[in-house]
Amino acid sequence: MLTETSDVPKVGFSFDLCSRNNMLTKKGLKPPGYLKTGTTIVGVVCKNCVVLGADTRATAGSIVADKNCEKIHNMAPNILCCGAGTAADTEAVTDNISSQLKLHRYHTGRESRVVTALTLLKSHLFRYQGHVSAALVLGGVDVTGPHLHTIYPHGSTDTLPFATMGSGSLAAMAIFESEYREGLTRDEGVNLVTKAICSGIFNDLGSGSNVDICVIEKGKTEYLRNHLTPNPRTYISSKGYTFSKKTEVLHTKITPLKELVDVVQVGGDAMEE
Amino acid sequence: MDRDATADVNAPHSMGTTIIGVTYNGGVILGADSRTSTGLYVANRASDKITQLTDNVYICRSGSAADSQIVSDYVRYFLHQHTIQLGQPATVKVAANLVRLLAYNNKNMLQTGIIVGGWDKYEGGKIYGIPLGGTILEQPFAIGGSGSSYLYGFFDQAWKEGMTKEEAEQLVVKAVSLAIARDGASGGVVRTVTINSEGVTRNFYPGDQLPLWHDEVEAHNSLLDILNASNPEPMST
Repeated sequence: MLTETSDVPKVGFSFDLCSRNNMLTKKGLKPPGYLKTGTTIVGVVCKNCVVLGADTRATAGSIVADKNCEKIHNMAPNILCCGAGTAADTEAVTDNISSQLKLHRYHTGRESRVVTALTLLKSHLFRYQGHVSAALVLGGVDVTGPHLHTIYPHGSTDTLPFATMGSGSLAAMAIFESEYREGLTRDEGVNLVTKAICSGIFNDLGSGSNVDICVIEKGKTEYLRNHLTPNPRTYISSKGYTFSKKTEVLHTKITPLKELVDVVQVGGDAMEE
Repeated sequence: MDRDATADVNAPHSMGTTIIGVTYNGGVILGADSRTSTGLYVANRASDKITQLTDNVYICRSGSAADSQIVSDYVRYFLHQHTIQLGQPATVKVAANLVRLLAYNNKNMLQTGIIVGGWDKYEGGKIYGIPLGGTILEQPFAIGGSGSSYLYGFFDQAWKEGMTKEEAEQLVVKAVSLAIARDGASGGVVRTVTINSEGVTRNFYPGDQLPLWHDEVEAHNSLLDILNASNPEPMST
């Protein structure tokens, strides 16, 4: 008879906690919401580069869960993707397609193209009929030139010279519609994107904190993390928050865990190297 | 308030739309507006709803943007294989039937109305309408999308057999602009695609060049002035 100290995991979903959750909900406790990126994400095509921008606030309901999260994901060395919607969905879908793109690069021996990433993303999202809540702004530069696309949770895509997504998209689009012109230079593009994201940060409750920028040019990708930080943490005193004296150590006692826990050798095969 | 906005911008992308396909003496002309809306927000004001399937067959898409894009991608793929196997360009009838098969067999899951138009050497210019349930109807002209409701009477009166290319183009542009004037879910620019034995021609009519209808006023201080001032070329498709 095998004696085991560890439980063999039961096959399938364990419903043990469901009755507890039901009881708590009946008592009035609201279940935690999904972590959403309220978000303002934008992209702009400049003369020979693509500039992507994003804010850095992640919300869980009305609480700011992460004040400085990264919404610009890597798809390929020359392709990046901003994600709005459920944070887990945007992370998962971009990681998944990024892996597929890498395998494709090994297979073909060529640099990835933006339309490849686009097709992989749109097929994935369409298959899940909108339940994968990821709204993406995909931008990159490949052999065929600079490209910018938006991808909606249901799998439809648009190809545009400038694009905004997320709850702050209307605020950012207002900036773009009044100031976008064809043939912007890299610096003009970065300024326009910064302005658009700031518009989202200050006018949309779901967006906030800092501005992340990414400039993609032929052969070069620059990720400007926290390019602008217009919302610094303020302290009452200008010196900031410091402890006036070190915490005294009064007493040290070290108990090795071996004395508290019995380590038993389980019968069976040892792990092979 | 911000919850509503979030729900709105990530809502299913639908193309309110006005799409038209007409045959003329020698080919077909497909026309469409360019507005894609999510709820009350215009997600794309310059979208291209006329999509290429082969060199000689194009489709106008309406309804759910995701569904119509996927259907057109599948049909393009099937037609490509079919062309290789057949050894010559696919006919418009085959393209339309492929669309119909997808639309009919997935009728519970798809929400898209499509107009297939093209030219082949056997039948010449042909228009096929494939509305929501997956029926296929070969017609001398077809209209679709939310804006088409306003055009039934117009076509009853203005349509005639055997128009010239110029007459047909004028008819299509006039019709789309009439629908844009009355339908909130249609707007933007008018795009047309002309397909005949000589090939394919794309045309583009920006919003300010369209005729004005009852009660419409000329645009003053429009964004188009800013665009024209810095760069005289229109946005390219």
